[in-house]
Amino acid sequence: MQYLFSVIDDKTNSGTPDEMAAIDVFNERLQAEGYWVFAGGLNSPSTATVIDNRGVEAVFTDGPFVESKELLAGFWIIEAPDLDVALKLAAEGSKACHRKVEVRPFL
Amino acid sequence: MNAVDVREAITRAHQEEWARVVASLTRRFGDLDIAEEAAAEAFATALVRWPADGVPPNPGGWLTTTANRKAIDRIRRESKRGDKQKEAQMWYDDPPEPRGAIDDERLRLIFTCAHPALGMETRVALTLRMVGGLTVPEIARAFLVQETAMAQRITRAKAKIKATRIPYRVPSAEDLPGRVSGVLAVLFLVFNEGYLATGPDTDPVRHDLTSEAIRLTRLIRALMPEDGEVAGLLALMLLTEARRTARVSASGELVTLDQQDRGDWDAALVAEGHRLVRERLAAGVAPGRYQILAAINAVHTSARDVRDTDWSQIVALYDQLIHLDPSPIVALNRAVAVAELDGPQVALAAVDRLEDQLAGYHAYHATRADLLRRLGCSQDSRAAYDRAIELAGNTAETAYLTRRRDQLG
Repeated sequence: MQYLFSVIDDKTNSGTPDEMAAIDVFNERLQAEGYWVFAGGLNSPSTATVIDNRGVEAVFTDGPFVESKELLAGFWIIEAPDLDVALKLAAEGSKACHRKVEVRPFL
Repeated sequence: MNAVDVREAITRAHQEEWARVVASLTRRFGDLDIAEEAAAEAFATALVRWPADGVPPNPGGWLTTTANRKAIDRIRRESKRGDKQKEAQMWYDDPPEPRGAIDDERLRLIFTCAHPALGMETRVALTLRMVGGLTVPEIARAFLVQETAMAQRITRAKAKIKATRIPYRVPSAEDLPGRVSGVLAVLFLVFNEGYLATGPDTDPVRHDLTSEAIRLTRLIRALMPEDGEVAGLLALMLLTEARRTARVSASGELVTLDQQDRGDWDAALVAEGHRLVRERLAAGVAPGRYQILAAINAVHTSARDVRDTDWSQIVALYDQLIHLDPSPIVALNRAVAVAELDGPQVALAAVDRLEDQLAGYHAYHATRADLLRRLGCSQDSRAAYDRAIELAGNTAETAYLTRRRDQLG
């Protein structure tokens, strides 16, 4: 089963070199042990554009779809047999990137 | 066999077999919702069939077979509606796992229901439903919440377990310590529900729940003999259970601690409880919540007569407990001990400060009623008894409170 780990932050582009190094170590482990699917860090919500093409023509809106104090700073997608394994990995991921992580299963 | 005997056989089967049926179906079908519904249907079928056909020689086997058939029926119905995933589950066979000393099907069910990804209240509710076999209205009452809210909480929890794939197993040795405290909290609440059962048609003390909570706590103790809180909780349960038969009179009325015939206490359980408390004192480690509660009960059960009770030690232990657990219910229990040490006036002042938090809790009003009675304030005492009777869900307690109210001058 695949799980999305969302990295939650309250500041943009705030990663430190130490955190980046710890994330690299964690990523290598995910790959070596077969949990890795994909991961990435995201630019700040202010760089987002929302597109709505449900109507006659596409409408572009500058900015994120929801304004909030907390933001999605990055994510992992991992493959794990069950939630216990996913939660353990998420705990390590949270330590590595020094931020809160939300775990959600894919459908 | 007459109708009463059949009724009793069904009640006994429910107490002894509910958790086993749910656990074995969960293992087979990998789905708590299917397991719960099929188990409930099997018991409903027993209610219809057993009075007509007689009680089967092996009620547990009959219930499991019937529940299995109900579950397969449901899966077939749903797969006809196009849910192929469910159909696949039906043929899914779990590989056999090694059976160890703690390989108890029900323990597996408990660790799943008490999973840390679920909120604490949800864990307790789910354990009471799946392991204890309580109905949703009974659980709602135990939590002082609406039935619909409780039903939603349980449904949501089952859906989360399934969607996120919370595993159905006892955690590995390295994860065990962290997972145990959550399970202890759940078992304590199951024990309490058994000790002060709710519901107008329920026995005042549900020995099935108290003994199940004790049995499962013993299992966890066998697994983690060094854990102080596991020992503390077991001691607390044993010292409470020891007073069970003395606690309800022949006429079904609650007998309070000061009125109990101490000769009726179960000496073996008291001795075992005291042994555990001494073991924890000797360990010299700062005690947790359950160990302090066990120590309080050890003080009570050490007194041969209520007049010999060392109230100052009990109040000191409550002070220690409030430090760890500053909840209004602990403060209320402390006030009861304070009444014995410093008198009802001092205790009443402490109890009255808890009104905002405990106005919906029957024990708050029952405690006030008793303190007001001792202070000679009959009218206020009567009003407090009325409120306590209104809120109390336990039949023995209602009978006791009603008599006390009617004895007021």
